[in-house]
Amino acid sequence: MATPVQGRTGEVFVVRTQNEPQDSAPLIRTVALRKTFDLPGGEKVVLDGIDLEVHEGEVLALLGKSGSGKSTLLRCIAGLLAPTTGHVEYRGERLTEANPGTSMVFQTFALLPWETVQQNVEIGLEARGITGAEASQRALRVIDMIGLDGFETAYPKELSGGMRQRVGFARALVTDPEVLLMDEPFSALDVLTAENLRGELLEIWSRDDIPIKSIVIVTHNIEEAVLLADRVIVLGSNPGRIREEIRINLDRPRDRRSRQFEFLVEGLYRTMTGRVSVDGETQEDLVPDETQQRTPGSHPLPVATVDGLSGLAEILERFAPCTLSDVADELGLQVGDFLPSAEALEMLGFATVDRGNISLTDSGRMFAGADIQMSKEIFAEEARQRAPLVGVIVNALQSTGKGSLPSGFFRDILRRSFGEADTEMQLDTAINWGRYGELFEFDASQENLRLESLA
Amino acid sequence: MDRRIVESRITLPGKLLGKARRVSLSDVVVALAVMVMLYGIVRVGRGTAVSFAPETNRSIDTAVRNLPYYAARSLLRMFIALAASLVFSFVYAYAAARSRRAGKVLIPALDILQSVPILGFLSITVTGFIALFPGSLLGLEMASIFAIFTSQAWNMTFSFYHSLVTVPAELDELSKMLRLTRWQRFWRIDVPNGAIGLIWNGMMSMGGGWFFLVASEAITVSNKQYSLPGIGSFAGAAIADGDLVKVGWAILAMVVLVVGVNVLFWRPLVAWSELFRNEQSESASVTRSFVLDLLRRSHWPRALAALRCRMAVPLDAAMGRVFGTDDVVLETDEADRRLGDVVFWFVIGGLTAYGTWKLYSFVAHDEGPAVFWRPFWLGAVTFVRVIVLIVFATLIWVPIGAKIGLNPKAARIAQPLVQVLASFPANFLFPFATFIFIRTGLSLDIGGIVLMSLGAQWYILFNAIAGAMEIPSDLREAMEDLDVRGWQLWRRLIIPGVFPSYVTGGITASGGAWNASIVAETVTYGGVTLTATGLGAYIAAASETGDMRHVLAGVVVMSFYVVSINRFIWQPLFKVAQERYSL
Repeated sequence: MATPVQGRTGEVFVVRTQNEPQDSAPLIRTVALRKTFDLPGGEKVVLDGIDLEVHEGEVLALLGKSGSGKSTLLRCIAGLLAPTTGHVEYRGERLTEANPGTSMVFQTFALLPWETVQQNVEIGLEARGITGAEASQRALRVIDMIGLDGFETAYPKELSGGMRQRVGFARALVTDPEVLLMDEPFSALDVLTAENLRGELLEIWSRDDIPIKSIVIVTHNIEEAVLLADRVIVLGSNPGRIREEIRINLDRPRDRRSRQFEFLVEGLYRTMTGRVSVDGETQEDLVPDETQQRTPGSHPLPVATVDGLSGLAEILERFAPCTLSDVADELGLQVGDFLPSAEALEMLGFATVDRGNISLTDSGRMFAGADIQMSKEIFAEEARQRAPLVGVIVNALQSTGKGSLPSGFFRDILRRSFGEADTEMQLDTAINWGRYGELFEFDASQENLRLESLA
Repeated sequence: MDRRIVESRITLPGKLLGKARRVSLSDVVVALAVMVMLYGIVRVGRGTAVSFAPETNRSIDTAVRNLPYYAARSLLRMFIALAASLVFSFVYAYAAARSRRAGKVLIPALDILQSVPILGFLSITVTGFIALFPGSLLGLEMASIFAIFTSQAWNMTFSFYHSLVTVPAELDELSKMLRLTRWQRFWRIDVPNGAIGLIWNGMMSMGGGWFFLVASEAITVSNKQYSLPGIGSFAGAAIADGDLVKVGWAILAMVVLVVGVNVLFWRPLVAWSELFRNEQSESASVTRSFVLDLLRRSHWPRALAALRCRMAVPLDAAMGRVFGTDDVVLETDEADRRLGDVVFWFVIGGLTAYGTWKLYSFVAHDEGPAVFWRPFWLGAVTFVRVIVLIVFATLIWVPIGAKIGLNPKAARIAQPLVQVLASFPANFLFPFATFIFIRTGLSLDIGGIVLMSLGAQWYILFNAIAGAMEIPSDLREAMEDLDVRGWQLWRRLIIPGVFPSYVTGGITASGGAWNASIVAETVTYGGVTLTATGLGAYIAAASETGDMRHVLAGVVVMSFYVVSINRFIWQPLFKVAQERYSL
């Protein structure tokens, strides 16, 4: 099943590993895991058919866009959420309660604001009945190791974001878990701090006085996944399924500018946006069947504002065709930061992405170069044609006599495919696009959408 | 009923109020169940009423030198009631938040309970408690504490319940991941998370509690006068004697109590509770308290912390074993669960149906449903009073409050002042007003509105100030920059800005006014009794003669009015406020 792939520079560095036999018994295993949530519009499948293994000695990244259920999967692994069907095993034992071998680092830190750094770190020990001198000794050792020395009596609100996440690390480490689970641990931090902490995480990982045998990190940031992980699992959306599993055999520390690194990032981008797998094969279930209708459910709007996507278009207009990483470098951002805008440009036919190269199309250049009234018109036309949700809304409004409908009508439609939060995001994005294109107007007091010409 | 909810952001259980729930079957069931409970207390009281003895009714010595002692007794009552309210809110809110089934009954029940006019209920509970503790003052004492308790507990419970169900998801996961015991979780996550709301609500509720303290210390039930040594009964005796000087002394003592409790107890607590603000950065304006600063500078906190640590370890371990771990149940049996639901609702439904029938047959007796007609029409009269009161208070206090709130300096001075005014038991001022009514010959039908407003209006003022303070200064600067002024400024910015906060105050004021009607529609001063037409007077008269049937009928009808007004007027307004005007 392993398919070695040759990079442009010649060496083999990508291997598909689905169903590849492993030599050691896995620490954690999910078996036919399926998770659904009951929503007003019916049942929403978040995860489906997830079989994965976490092995000793590896850093595993779960990569996916928002809504791919990656955080839900992590919580199932932690034993904080019950799978609807299927189950999770830790060292061969089926979980019936919170996973005893894991500890989690949260995106939003989850520190108790009313307790000091040391108290926050000690709480996990106290829950295990370790108190007094032993607890404080162990806490102080970890606090020292993580670089929080001198902050023991500080309250979280006195700390910067980076220092807070260090407390999160320390709390997770102090109970000596075998598997460290991390839920987007760096995404609430600014770019520099995040980079710094990633380095420290790798440093901790390389120490041998720490009993951690494996790390599972959830991220939407492709570069972060390639930078940290030995193996990346890409989750697709609606429902979340494993799309791709990629082994990363680059030596650490990894160089973001190396050819291999960029090749991996761009390959993963394509997989994430659902076109081709990394090894260049077209995957049937991923490529939208053009004979089938594009629906708001099958083609969700990328959550990008008009400001964001037109900003990106203007940048692209100035640069010749370039790679996404070039754009990222230019902006001092990471690819993940403007991914939704890039996807939006693609959906609207303003840009094409090919093998990681992004370039504006003719209409994209017109859109970027036109004055505001003109670009609104171009935008409106493309959005109607190509953005399924926008098209559906316009058509629905036109088919009513008075040209207006309550927003709940569309919400109900969206709920069939999306969760509560995503439904709101889809609708907000559509309204943002529709307003800009002067296609329709949203009246907040009436909770009504109505055609612009009648507004 | 008496919602002392002032700081809308913290205290209002937005989710509960905001959702204009449709009146569902469970609401009706629960409402009936609450009424059944009241009925149970009456029955206990009535069955043992024979053994009533007029003993223990010591008279109140109105010598001014006794006042400090009486004030202390009253204060003790207040704090016992506060402690009871706190324990009650812990238990009740926890059960409601943690048990799916209990929550479905307990939360609607709380909604009804807070709409029951406590004062109408007073004569019922006094009878019950005296029966429980025959031959001692303890029964009266308990009845008084219970009255204060019922004025505080519902609010605090709502607040704590709200904070329990809105514990940030990551803290919930944290607790489960760390496998905290339920006991540890309660004290290290749940209580700190709800502390600010509890303290705010405790402070506001205690402010409201003084009113009920005064009303419950001296009371006439079944033509018998009972009084407890306390500041309220002192004032009551002075009023009966028509001695305005002594009433003045009592008022002075009351002011000292209210202000003292605020400065020495609540402000330090509020300042301390800043620690529990779940904000990731330090907030700009922090409540300061010199008492707290003083305490912090002393060695007591450290000594206490050390003691607490030493006690906490064994207690944690023991309670951890008792209450178990805050675990995740990964596998549940659907069939078991459904069966449990069926049994649960069957039992609840059966008990409620039986109780409702018993309650109805007691109240209706031989009159049939006609027993409710008179209170119903009288209720309409009182309703008109409440409306007039709210309209006038709004027209007068919203502009003034907004003006104060827009001026930070004035607001800093005015806010604590108004808070004290709102805490001050308005029934202390009744004799002065009554004195004027008797002199001028003003009918209590009109004067009653003034009496009711003495307590209720401050909530509107307080919230108007708070609302105006929350209008962001950049919005005001923008308006100034655009030269928007005068009526246009009020229409476009100030009124919408104050509105959410105003609604909160309005709910409180209207609930308070209904309650006050029971003591405001019948007043006595120096042997002269004035009576107004209204549901309050109806309940007061029935309880004076011990006519529990009609007290209950009146209370049921008044609860019905309060619940309906909240559902059909205030909740829709609240929803609009939250959706359109929240800043």
